[in-house]
Amino acid sequence: MTRTKRRAGRRHPLATVALLALGLVFTGGAYAALSTGTVAQAEIDPNSQQTIEEGKKLFQANCATCHGLEAQGTANGPSLIGVGAASVDFQVGTGRMPMQMQGPQAQQKPVQFTDDQVKQLAYYVASLGPGPDIPADHLVNGGGDAANGAELFRINCAMCHNVAGAGGALTEGKFAPPLTDVSGVHIYEAMVTGPQNMPVFNDLNITPEDKRDVITYLKYLQDNRSPGGFELGSLGPVAEGLFIWIFGLGAIVAITVWITAKSN
Amino acid sequence: MSTATTRSTTPAKRSFTAGASEYINDRTGIAVAIKGLGRKAFPDHWSFLLGEVALFSFIVVLISGTFLTFFFQASMAEVHYDGSYVPLKGVEMSVAMASTLDISFDIRGGLFVRQMHHWAALLFVAAIGLHMLRVFFTGAFRKPREINWVFGFILFILAMAEGFTGYSLPDDLLSGNGLRIIDGMIKGIPLIGTWTSFLLFGGEFPGTAIVGRLYTLHILLLPALVVALIAVHVGYVFIHKHTQFAGPGREPTNSVGPPILPIYAAKAGGFMFLIWGVISLIAALFTINPIWNYGPYDPSPVSAGTQPDWYIGFADGALRLIPPGWEFVWLDRTWSFNILVPLVAIGIFIGLVVAYPFIEAWIKGDKREHHIADRPRNAPTRTAIGAAGVTFYAGLWAAAASDLLATHFSLTMEGVIHALQATVIVGPFIAYFITKRVCLALQKKDREIVLHGYESGRIVKLPGGEFIEVHQPLDEYERWRLVSYESYQPLMIRPNARGKITLGQRVRASFSRWFFEDRIAPVSKGELESGHDGHH
Repeated sequence: MTRTKRRAGRRHPLATVALLALGLVFTGGAYAALSTGTVAQAEIDPNSQQTIEEGKKLFQANCATCHGLEAQGTANGPSLIGVGAASVDFQVGTGRMPMQMQGPQAQQKPVQFTDDQVKQLAYYVASLGPGPDIPADHLVNGGGDAANGAELFRINCAMCHNVAGAGGALTEGKFAPPLTDVSGVHIYEAMVTGPQNMPVFNDLNITPEDKRDVITYLKYLQDNRSPGGFELGSLGPVAEGLFIWIFGLGAIVAITVWITAKSN
Repeated sequence: MSTATTRSTTPAKRSFTAGASEYINDRTGIAVAIKGLGRKAFPDHWSFLLGEVALFSFIVVLISGTFLTFFFQASMAEVHYDGSYVPLKGVEMSVAMASTLDISFDIRGGLFVRQMHHWAALLFVAAIGLHMLRVFFTGAFRKPREINWVFGFILFILAMAEGFTGYSLPDDLLSGNGLRIIDGMIKGIPLIGTWTSFLLFGGEFPGTAIVGRLYTLHILLLPALVVALIAVHVGYVFIHKHTQFAGPGREPTNSVGPPILPIYAAKAGGFMFLIWGVISLIAALFTINPIWNYGPYDPSPVSAGTQPDWYIGFADGALRLIPPGWEFVWLDRTWSFNILVPLVAIGIFIGLVVAYPFIEAWIKGDKREHHIADRPRNAPTRTAIGAAGVTFYAGLWAAAASDLLATHFSLTMEGVIHALQATVIVGPFIAYFITKRVCLALQKKDREIVLHGYESGRIVKLPGGEFIEVHQPLDEYERWRLVSYESYQPLMIRPNARGKITLGQRVRASFSRWFFEDRIAPVSKGELESGHDGHH
């Protein structure tokens, strides 16, 4: 840093760098302060006319091509009347909608809207007909019983998503995605709305508390690395077999070559 | 090759070593053994060490397994888990599962040893597989080693059985699913299937007996057989002496390489510790079989990506490749050809593997001993058959991972299955023809090099204006390696003593034609001389 005491202060070779750094800090700080300010002030009200109007505009601009101007559905996309806010929050909030292209199933991609816009869209669709709502925070924050959740997960989810949530294959190019970095809200919403090829797990099937436990277990897996070391993708014996052949036996063959190299 | 001999002189002042040696020798007569075995020479080639890799990893399996038996309880009695792994707390499970979790989480070093045991077991079978391929492709199974090939083959089967019984012991979801598939395969066998399954499981699957029974097999019967057969197998290596690749001074009657004592033993000892080091490193760094994820066995759930350990994968893959609809009811019985066809196909395949040395010997009509290992290219048909077998096995093996191939390469499951079905059926033929042609081409290249030397890259302009590349002649050592191999000719059909041509002879002759019709003879002395003089 330059110091005013030093005579050559303004002419110091690092002066430009210091000035740039200072400028960046101010701009960045101001930007951060302002942007947190906007988030804090705009808490989306699910029932306000303004939210629904905004959502409708977004919907007609981005979704209506396939789902119809009134979300009634077209040949290219299903009706969204009655799918609920949870469904929109999941599909749009994970980047699956708007869909990139028709295929075996909607692929995840970077999320196209801000959180506020996602909520506006969700509440607009919710206003068209009753459906599952975005879950309350206490259901998705991972404060439940992991052991119960693990058992439920193995019985209900692991056949597609793998016991460790590493994902798995379905027919015709469809697949169950990995759950290793999915948020609690999205996991809950997926269970109640059954996106893509997933079945719906309604509240009679798995109660909200049980859903909370499932999320607790998945959060446990996300937060705790395997006690045995690197997981190799948690894919099971195939990954282990490939590893021992390529790296284990590979290393050992390299050693055999090294050991016998001299005398040849 | 050091050839120092131990002299039995009595120095004025005897060292401690000499005294101790004499003490031991007077009581055990071990000098005879050391003299006999210690002077045996071991040819040096990296691929000759693969069997040792199997041996050394088996030692790791044995020692780590002994540790695990101190804590593992092979009981299927139900308990509520009360160990330190939170997501299983209070879950009902068998004592076997609970004790495996205790080994993993509550016994000091337990998880490390468990992972070491499992990784070493995978390495054990993998090393056996690679060792078998080496023996096959170098023809090291020929007389007098055919019987030892059979012993080695039995060891391979026993190793797989050891692996599978071990995989089934923790009574977690994965092992239970594996057992269920075995149960299904057994039940698919007509007439005896259901009875056999009930006999094995002590009633309807899964019952409460299977873990205890498998445990007895896993720690008592199978290891005893493996240890005994390893002794026989290695014993025969000493009796037959090791094969060696052709080279100057290497005769069928000798064995060129460092003697066991002291050089080879020291090397092998160091090698053993290196392998143990590799296994320890892998066990310390990489999770294997995280039973805490799988949870206790319950017949209803199956996880996506449920596979057996790699060495059983080919059987699982064979089941996956069968098209739908091969199970039907006939004569009031269910006929499960979806299970019988893979069983028979695998049976034929491994039958051919174990019988191959005898088949090849019969086709060749060769009763001589062979101690010089073939270079794979110099036995084109055998190498091609091997490549076909490897392709067949690899197709089945890959099929066991069909679901993961689909997800990780963004393919459809059906597409993967159909591609692998084609690979298993057509692939071996393609592999056969390509490999045979490659072998013959390599032999031709060898001939070319022997006759004309290798290209030196030096271009010379002749006085007439012509440019030629100078070919450098081979040195004699290198040439020896390239010309000394046996070249068989197809058998002629000849009438036997009673003047008849038997059917057996015709069959043998046609097989022999198949084997040796396309052949590149090694460069003879005459060719070599004329080749050098003529410069054609």
